Amino acid sequence: MNWDDIGDALFGGAADYTAILALVQNSLWAGAVLGLVGGLIGVFVMQRDMAFAVHGISELSFAGAAAALLIGVDVVTGSIVGSLIAAAIIGGLGARARDRNSIIGVLMPFGLGLGILFLSLYDGRSANRFSLLTGQIVSVQSGQLGWLIAIGAFVLLGLLLIWRPLRFDSLDPQSAAARGVPTTAVSLLFMLLLGLIVAVAVHIIGALLVMALLVTPAAAAMRVAAGPLSVPLLAAVFGVVSAVGGILLAVMGTLPVSPYITTISFAIYLVCRVVGNRRGRVMRLREAS
Amino acid sequence: MSEAPSAAGAPLRITGAALRRDDRELWAGLDLEVQPGELLAVLGPSGSGKTTLLRAILGLESLSAGRIEALGRPVRRRGNRDIGYIPQQRPLPPETPLRGRDLVALGIDGHRFGFPVPRRGDRARVDALVDAVGARGFADRPVGLLSGGEQQRLRVGQALADNPRLLLCDEPLTSLDLANQQAVVGLIDAHRRRSDAAVLLVTHDINPVLGAVDRILYIAGGRFTLGTPDEVLTSRVLTDLYGAPVEVLRAGGRLVVVGAPDAEASHHHHHHDEASA
Repeated sequence: MNWDDIGDALFGGAADYTAILALVQNSLWAGAVLGLVGGLIGVFVMQRDMAFAVHGISELSFAGAAAALLIGVDVVTGSIVGSLIAAAIIGGLGARARDRNSIIGVLMPFGLGLGILFLSLYDGRSANRFSLLTGQIVSVQSGQLGWLIAIGAFVLLGLLLIWRPLRFDSLDPQSAAARGVPTTAVSLLFMLLLGLIVAVAVHIIGALLVMALLVTPAAAAMRVAAGPLSVPLLAAVFGVVSAVGGILLAVMGTLPVSPYITTISFAIYLVCRVVGNRRGRVMRLREAS
Repeated sequence: MSEAPSAAGAPLRITGAALRRDDRELWAGLDLEVQPGELLAVLGPSGSGKTTLLRAILGLESLSAGRIEALGRPVRRRGNRDIGYIPQQRPLPPETPLRGRDLVALGIDGHRFGFPVPRRGDRARVDALVDAVGARGFADRPVGLLSGGEQQRLRVGQALADNPRLLLCDEPLTSLDLANQQAVVGLIDAHRRRSDAAVLLVTHDINPVLGAVDRILYIAGGRFTLGTPDEVLTSRVLTDLYGAPVEVLRAGGRLVVVGAPDAEASHHHHHHDEASA
């Protein structure tokens, strides 16, 4: 591959950019919704120490989607079924972080293995195969995109409705229970919403890369902010910028979308870390003086 | 309290309570009434069911037998917003996305479902609570960067959100230094005097609260004893309770219980013996 090829892969479509944008409009919307919801839910994923759970759910979601592909039913439905089974197992069995992590560690390779088995048995279009693992939003059909957007909106609504009890339970489950918060119901609802948004993310960014939109934006926001409003808002902005920015850059050339999204989200995290460290040092100096 | 008999106004009334765990009876036949303005300390080795008693009053766990009436109503549902609850100090992660005042605010809006829109007056209530626990100086800083004592003051503020007539404290002083222990005891004491609230305080060390305690419930060895500090904290009473020689020493205004066997420790020893045999 010479420099011209690389240039083509990156910017080959720049001349027809407006036409391409019109084609991927729905993908952009799906990316925006996922970025927004992923950033918001990521704040709770971080607080509840569930990054590993997100990864575990996404592998089973992948297995569900692969199974759906094999038996010829809707792939989005398949990924949701896989996600919800994983979310129910993790939410039902693993109340304590340590139990939870061992359950996920057991589930994850099993799910991934199942998915790979189903994909090997599937003899349809091979382009579909690895898009579930590494994502290719621009190849998702527009009917399915509508579903992904609707599910994302549902998760956003549900998350806002349980926001305050969820925040209480994430910080201090004992005190929350003492004050009458139905902590078990709140935890299970959270797992349901998490399962749904993971299923959406599998189609947009791929099962292996889900964390780039469900964990990284929130982790970045928590490095530079501490307020109950500023952290979720920043995380949502980071998520939208990563997802939408990644799609906008990717459609200019012929490369897949996911590396753009993961790179932008990682770059944001790096910047936030540097800014956060510098600010931390200033605060410590101010206190010392 | 003149129009109603004092028993009717007791914020906490427990009758015939018993707690069994596996096949071990931790205690039975517990009758307890805590009066308005009274501070009752619950003492005993770990594993003696002190925390379970508090959680039963909140409706979060059930006893093996007995009846609990909190604030005039039998305990039915899980959790009770009319009761204040102060948990043990556990350090919060440094990246926790809340400021100090948000920890207090959870006592006001943490249970509310629906879109997270603040109600009119919420802010003023949080401000008042922050001032009441002397947290104004650090209320706007990230809660994860505050000291254990500062975090615990904020938890007291959260617990006082609805001006509770009954306050339950589960080891509220653990892992605090002496100054912060005194500060937290002072806040609890001030609330019970101001609001005539009954306080039930579980602790493993009686010294920080000795000045404020009215009565002590001491649970050990499958039994309990109830009385004023002078009645309960004597070598004779505790020796009888533990069924083993225990000495209560007073030195420099502090009180030390020597030789008290730990319920959990003796249990473990048993297992070790079996394993090595």
